Amino acid sequence: MSARIATGLLLGWLLLVFVFIFAPIVASVIFSFNSDRFPTIPLGSFTTHGYDTIFADAEIGEAARNSIIVSLSTSVIATTLGFATAYTDYRYRFRFKGPYLALILLPPTIPLIIMALAMLAWLSWIGASGQLWSIIIAHSVLTAPFAMAILRLRLHQIDPDLEAAAWNLGSSEWRALRSVILPFCRPAIISAACLTAAISFDEFAVAWFVSGLNKTVPVIILEIVQGNIDPQVNAIGSLVFLTSMTLVVLAQLFFIARVGRT
Amino acid sequence: MNRFALVFRLPIIVWQGLFFLGPLFFMIAMSFFLVKNYRMEEAFELKNWARMLTRGYVWDSYWYTLGMAGSATVVATLVAFPAAFALAFRVSAAVRRWVIFLLIIPFFTSYLVRTFSWYVILAESGVINTGLGTVGFGPYTMLNTPFGTVVGYLTLTLPLVVILQTVALANIDRNLVQAARNLGCSPPRTLVSVIVPLAKTGLIIAALFCFILSFGDFVAPYYLGGSKPPTLPILIIDTTKSGQQWPRAAVVAVMMMLTLFAIAATAIWLAYRRRSAS
Repeated sequence: MSARIATGLLLGWLLLVFVFIFAPIVASVIFSFNSDRFPTIPLGSFTTHGYDTIFADAEIGEAARNSIIVSLSTSVIATTLGFATAYTDYRYRFRFKGPYLALILLPPTIPLIIMALAMLAWLSWIGASGQLWSIIIAHSVLTAPFAMAILRLRLHQIDPDLEAAAWNLGSSEWRALRSVILPFCRPAIISAACLTAAISFDEFAVAWFVSGLNKTVPVIILEIVQGNIDPQVNAIGSLVFLTSMTLVVLAQLFFIARVGRT
Repeated sequence: MNRFALVFRLPIIVWQGLFFLGPLFFMIAMSFFLVKNYRMEEAFELKNWARMLTRGYVWDSYWYTLGMAGSATVVATLVAFPAAFALAFRVSAAVRRWVIFLLIIPFFTSYLVRTFSWYVILAESGVINTGLGTVGFGPYTMLNTPFGTVVGYLTLTLPLVVILQTVALANIDRNLVQAARNLGCSPPRTLVSVIVPLAKTGLIIAALFCFILSFGDFVAPYYLGGSKPPTLPILIIDTTKSGQQWPRAAVVAVMMMLTLFAIAATAIWLAYRRRSAS
């Protein structure tokens, strides 16, 4: 009996934790359709005014374009780097492999604000700051480890004899890679590309520092929030959420459906 | 080594060398540079260090940041534990997978927008105070207080802490837990003497991640905590953005990194330390 009460209490606590985690997400979606300028309870009437204003806003349109360019380019570069490193780790043993892997895996352990300052200083020193591709460079460094992790997990599942068999049958290393390894990794590659794009699409600290005048959507959100309370933020936030979630669900579909099964 | 191997090995060395190690080492070097007439000049002077380390406001920020991130870590660990325990021991593996998937969702919603939501929820005329007002309580000041900062830090870190703790708890050997119970160990004693020690590594790593993320976050202390005193990340932003004093900001950043190294090293040592024979 007391065990059952304990279980009930534990599950109740779990529910509370979930309420805490999801309250701000749900609230922002609700507020995005609210007519009052400052959202309170009771809510005003339902309106899509917040969405209409952001679709009409040229600056936000520009930022959306920047964000799309940055996250797509980032995902291509990060996934390529991630694949090359994951394949090297899978296939080769060599000295200094530990430091080699640390090179790609360490960036997420360093606070973004420190990366932001370091990137800004270094990129402006070599004359590469304030451009859209400055953000792309920075985001590739930050997201490559996630691509590497996903691809490495996938390569873990391949039978190493398959590639060796291809070599024995006379195929070159390149041919074996193209006909054996890449097809096997395709779901993970798509998954890694979606995930890195989603992370890049949301990142604001580093983008804010290195972007100069080329603002991305999260940087615009940051500026709006800094200014004053504006319900626009909820509408933009909901759209960003929708975009990121689509990417994550795609990543999950490819990752779980294929990688999980085989 | 043939060309094929090089093509796969070199890119990351070049890329991270240029754009990861390059920035970090440059930042360390920059902390010794000088600023003259709003322009940074290469130098090797200790002036920035001397200035920052002797200013009271820097140390106020330092201890405040350390204290806030530390409190958030303790609170997150304690709040997450019962939830992780429920997920690890009281639900099926299928439910656990689904819940963990749900917990990943917040990472892909804008942290800024979630913070803004809290702002609206916690404000004097916000959702909570309006709700409490109708039953005759409040209003309570929750914004611009340490409480607000911790709420923000938890928004950032709690999902991750729950996930890591759940994985740690779900991976411990159930037979050991069962053995303790069969030998007459009470549930609380089993928790303290068997479950927590077995999951120690994962629990400490979860706390470490919480600390690193909170320590480096500028959004929660700025928007929800009122920035009084500013935390170190806010100090970096102010020094960089308004003062053009990049070398001084670099000093703060290097201080942060050294602190994190020390704390991470301690945490990892604690996490993997074998218990002395007892």
